[in-house]
Amino acid sequence: MSDALTWVALFGLAGISVLTRSFFMIGEKPLPIPGWLRELLKVAPLAALVAVVAPEIFMTQGQVITTWQDARWPAAVAATLYYFWRKDILGTILVGMAVMLPLKLGLGW
Amino acid sequence: MQLTEKLRALVGDPDFRQGARDMASPSLGLAAWGLVTGVTMVKSGLSIPLACGMSLLVFAGSAQLTALPLIASGAPLWVLLATAFCVNLRFVIFSAQWRSYWAHLPRWRRLLSGYLSADLNFVYFVKRYPDPVPRPGQQRYFWGGVAVNWPTWQVCSFTGILLADRIPTHWGIGFAGVLALLGLSYALLSERMLWWVALTAGAVSIATYALPLKLNILCAIAAAGAVGWWLDTRKAKA
Repeated sequence: MSDALTWVALFGLAGISVLTRSFFMIGEKPLPIPGWLRELLKVAPLAALVAVVAPEIFMTQGQVITTWQDARWPAAVAATLYYFWRKDILGTILVGMAVMLPLKLGLGW
Repeated sequence: MQLTEKLRALVGDPDFRQGARDMASPSLGLAAWGLVTGVTMVKSGLSIPLACGMSLLVFAGSAQLTALPLIASGAPLWVLLATAFCVNLRFVIFSAQWRSYWAHLPRWRRLLSGYLSADLNFVYFVKRYPDPVPRPGQQRYFWGGVAVNWPTWQVCSFTGILLADRIPTHWGIGFAGVLALLGLSYALLSERMLWWVALTAGAVSIATYALPLKLNILCAIAAAGAVGWWLDTRKAKA
């Protein structure tokens, strides 16, 4: 893509950010939201987060990992244990990274 | 009131401060995620002005990361925008929830609030205000979160753009962002039923990963919604 066309694309993407994030807020009158969509709303935030996270932990380049020599799952397990011990997200990140970096950089997992 | 006085009053407001404090707790993961997005933008071939422009204009990490290979390969504009729309569909679902809090605001305020509401803003907001009704202090709480979230993201994204050549990709520091999302998911597991919802979402997302346009995320949300609905109706009958 040329630079000029890329700028057009970036403004288009900014438009997508506004459109999707305010989708049901654009009109003055509420759009009717059916019951099944309401049910979806209750579980959507959790489901979307897990749907993004799960492949990031268990997959490499579109395939489920088949080796246990992968730094991500021990990091995720350590982070999980820490979370349910302390209920603290910052510590969860630090513990997970503290497990991942030595395995990845030291052992090459 | 003068603008500076207004700002000072806002910064001292307890709801605003709470919003900022809540958003500060996952900011390390957000910072790493922004850093990685910055590095990736430059590594995929964007010039520094384009990368800075993308960060400031688009302000959506997952959509940016998805769009980069398409820009690099010269994909048609409509494919690029359609893909970004699909990746952002979760925000469409969130916006229905935002409406129940923001419906009384003028349209430009609704659009501005929507544009600035990333995943973390939504998660913390509905955690603090689980009843979808307008209450005093909600706007100030929201802006407190934005005041931390937006600059953190931009500063780290810019740092990543400028340091692109120095941070080796194989360190995998982007995983800090994944860990932040993992911690947030655990924080949302308030009912036993939601564990099954989360398991379904994770399994379906992996099983349908090969679908184009990141449609696996939507499949996972739909399947998890169906499981949640089924468990709720079963509980209601019992």
